[in-house]
Amino acid sequence: MIVPLSHVMALAGVLFLIGMFTVTARRNLIMMLLGVEIMLNAGAIMFVGAALRWGQLEGQAFVIFILAVAAAEVSVGLAMIVRVHRRCGSIDPGELNLLK
Amino acid sequence: MTLYSIIFYILGLEILVTTVLAVSRHDMVHAVIYLIMSFFGSALLFFLLGAPFLGALEVIIYAGAIMILFLFIVMMLNMKKTGKPDFPSTQWVPAAALSLCVLMLIGLLAFIDPSNHVPLESAMASPKAFGEFLFRQHWLSIEIISLLLLVALIGALALGRQAPGEPRKEESETPS
Repeated sequence: MIVPLSHVMALAGVLFLIGMFTVTARRNLIMMLLGVEIMLNAGAIMFVGAALRWGQLEGQAFVIFILAVAAAEVSVGLAMIVRVHRRCGSIDPGELNLLK
Repeated sequence: MTLYSIIFYILGLEILVTTVLAVSRHDMVHAVIYLIMSFFGSALLFFLLGAPFLGALEVIIYAGAIMILFLFIVMMLNMKKTGKPDFPSTQWVPAAALSLCVLMLIGLLAFIDPSNHVPLESAMASPKAFGEFLFRQHWLSIEIISLLLLVALIGALALGRQAPGEPRKEESETPS
């Protein structure tokens, strides 16, 4: 007997919230990408908890896809950050104003 | 209160504390290290919730590959010190308001359904059963995500290449 699903949901929800707060509040592209990672991880925890609740393996299979998407997103995102830093000399999203 | 639930609460506390510490750091290297601790906690949570294979993958991919990639990038870019605050008030006030709304929604979703209050029975999906299920039922999706990873690899290579004649602002250090 582990905890009820609502506690797993609360944990994943608060983790997702921390990630969302990071993405909206920090002015740093790398920290924003870290926030997206936290949100994806919260989703993965929720999927594993739901897989245990209903005894289905589908939830665990989905976590594999989440891992792959996270890896792809991070590699492309970090390459774009390196590019932006080369171009603008800063990773503050407020200073990317070349079009102004 | 069984042993499993005590482990769950300890792990949950560890994950939340290290994540909050990670997102509030000014130094990004510290943030990445704290986040690695948080992902170790998540991996143990996956073990507890009956997914040992995913727990291992979490350590290998999230903590081992993704976070180390972040660490490489943080050390590769030489960030200039800016005197700006980490959380400017024009941004954290709307973010906090948004978070409060979402928090209420999560509370509603998690606790309104009475069937969610049944304690979970512990079970385990062995890696062998999980792999067989994955490659029997979801073989097409596996092929698609392998293609996605290939596209991401090519995209990262193309984006990271230095284009000929591209101005490099970080060396000239002359803000216009």
